[in-house]
Amino acid sequence: MLSLQNIVKDYANYRALDHVSIDVPKGKIFGLLGPNGAGKTSLIRIINQITAPDEGVVYFDNEILSPKHIEQIGYLPEERGLYKKMKVGEQMIYLAQLKGLNRIDAKKKLNYWFDKLNIADWWNKTIEDLSKGMQQKVQFVATVIHEPRLIILDEPFSGFDPVNAQIIQDEILELNHKGATIIYSTHRMETVEELCDNIALINKSRKILDGALYEIKSQYKNQTYTIEFLKSNVSIQSNESFELIETTENHDITRIKIKLKIPHTINDVLLSLIPHVQIHQVQEIIPTIHDIFIEKVTQTSIYEQN
Amino acid sequence: MNKIKLIIQREYITRVRKKSFLLTTFIVPLFFIGMYIGVIFLTKKSFEDSHAFVYIVDDTQEVIHKLNSSKNVTYLKEAQDLQQQIAKLGEKKHTSILYIPRDFYESMKVEYLSQDKPNINVQSEIKDTLNKIITDKKYEQLGISPDIRNSIKSKVIMNAKEIRADGKAEDSNTEVAMVIAMVLSILVYITLFLYGAQVMRGIIEEKSNRIVEVIISSVKPFQLMMGKIVGIGLVGLTQFALWIVVSLSLAGVASTFLISKQELTQEVFGNKMPVDTLTVSSVEASGDMAEIMAMFQNVNFTEIIVCFFIFFLGGYLIYSALFAAVGSAVDSETEASQFTMPITMPLLLTYALSFGVLINDPNGAIAMWLSFIPFTSPIAMLVRIPFGVPLWQIILSASLLVVGFIFTTWVAARIYRVGILMHGKKASYKELIKWFKYKS
Repeated sequence: MLSLQNIVKDYANYRALDHVSIDVPKGKIFGLLGPNGAGKTSLIRIINQITAPDEGVVYFDNEILSPKHIEQIGYLPEERGLYKKMKVGEQMIYLAQLKGLNRIDAKKKLNYWFDKLNIADWWNKTIEDLSKGMQQKVQFVATVIHEPRLIILDEPFSGFDPVNAQIIQDEILELNHKGATIIYSTHRMETVEELCDNIALINKSRKILDGALYEIKSQYKNQTYTIEFLKSNVSIQSNESFELIETTENHDITRIKIKLKIPHTINDVLLSLIPHVQIHQVQEIIPTIHDIFIEKVTQTSIYEQN
Repeated sequence: MNKIKLIIQREYITRVRKKSFLLTTFIVPLFFIGMYIGVIFLTKKSFEDSHAFVYIVDDTQEVIHKLNSSKNVTYLKEAQDLQQQIAKLGEKKHTSILYIPRDFYESMKVEYLSQDKPNINVQSEIKDTLNKIITDKKYEQLGISPDIRNSIKSKVIMNAKEIRADGKAEDSNTEVAMVIAMVLSILVYITLFLYGAQVMRGIIEEKSNRIVEVIISSVKPFQLMMGKIVGIGLVGLTQFALWIVVSLSLAGVASTFLISKQELTQEVFGNKMPVDTLTVSSVEASGDMAEIMAMFQNVNFTEIIVCFFIFFLGGYLIYSALFAAVGSAVDSETEASQFTMPITMPLLLTYALSFGVLINDPNGAIAMWLSFIPFTSPIAMLVRIPFGVPLWQIILSASLLVVGFIFTTWVAARIYRVGILMHGKKASYKELIKWFKYKS
């Protein structure tokens, strides 16, 4: 769907993007992650053609990105903003027209969205009469009204209460099911696990990690497991198939954390344990994206310091 | 192109719909007409103050028939004898008594009795009238007929004409030209500021409430900037058109109102005042009016209006582009003042000069240069135009203005595209130059 190749963006004193290449597959939700100031906004602005890269090429559907693609992209910036004194309906129609819709279509689609989100009675209110959360909802509609094929959401959940955040999340998923590709930029990791199919991690102007979420997570699995069993008198020690990391006891349950010794598998571990204890639960420890994020970001900064 | 139209439309409609637009549409002409009425009122008042009702007690029984009421003096001829009349003095304001003794023609002495200090103009007018009566009497005694006297009387008429470059003579009315020049100077100066500042405020609003990022993901920054400038420019032109319409209709209303007021005065004074007073004064007044109208008829209003629109538009495009650049560079209006000061300096300077050097010497070297430099020509050229400017100079100046606004728009657009996305960074001139140099 979207392919960025070797993008470089320089500002006067620093390089905002340093040879960043990213592929956003069609129909996926793509997480663009990175700490503040990493270069996410610069990258998004390049995709939106707000700024142009100093080096590198952007392809949209295998064509070089050009102004004709503007109408197929919807963008919700991190810093929200609408004309405060303009009426909601009028403003939405204006923004939709700027995206290439004609007045009649814009009105029709707007009615659909306003009914869907239950905000039809806001039509004649001015933006400044709405609460912050209400404004966010209106702006979300403005982002998707022209049925873009690529939707770029920069921190879409900030400013929403949990109920409305859920409504918006459901809408995002629905748009995705209907075929829209979504770029979801955030530094809040909880939602990434729920939503994203693919991610790219950017830190200090460089891409440091990307790929399908499940692949990355399995890459970062380090063969550790927790095993719970009923408390017994036998004390468990590391053996040729695993290394014991820690042991915790809780009422009648003992929990151990172990790391496999290559080339052994978890089955070998269990075989060695079964004769001694009654297994209650076995679980592989899969790193959260949050852990990976922290690990990678601190790693790169340590690397830079050396 | 379609999108820039949408932007222009929005800028125009949201502004024209505002209450403040409607308000200025009516308030400005009302202000000018109020001033006009004020002037008329003051003239009227001073006329009333200097006007005297004079009762005549004439012992010659002859002079009284030769006294005719004028603008300043109304002669009342139904007086009783002197003592009775003195007793009645003070019943009415501004009345006095003129006593003409029997030996008036020989002694040439009269008495003028009034309660308050006698007005010097009224006194001299009565004196002049009496002198004329005596001279007439003496001519009569010498046997010189009125016809001969009229033929001796001379009156020189001086007609000031200006010889133009093409050799044609033209009536020269420096005063009228000066008044028009001043009005044009004030009008252009105020409106350039008014609409330029509106462009700046609009851009600061878009930048500070961050909608700008949404919009420039749909249109080019240049389109947004030009859309705003053109939209607000059209608001300005609409405002001018409405001012003209409103002024004309208000002037119509005002003049009918004034006429009915004049009739009213006539009724108030009623029979106490001879009708000829008013007719005399209004005839004289309309004589003045006719004279002024004639002076204005020599003014080429079409040329002035066409030039006004050209130079207002040119100046507006130049200055609004600069205001746009400033608006994009700052986060708030208070921060903007450090930049608006220097960019409006040329305008302020020309405005100040227009009341001195430019108006007194509209064809001098300073006026000439200022009317060619694009930053100063919108005011300087308009000040010169009522005095007559050769066509080639107008065309040259207008062309330079076009070059000027293409240049400023180009510079402004380069600063604007970077500036609108910069937040929390205090803009300095160094910073602006850096932005200007960025590749697009």
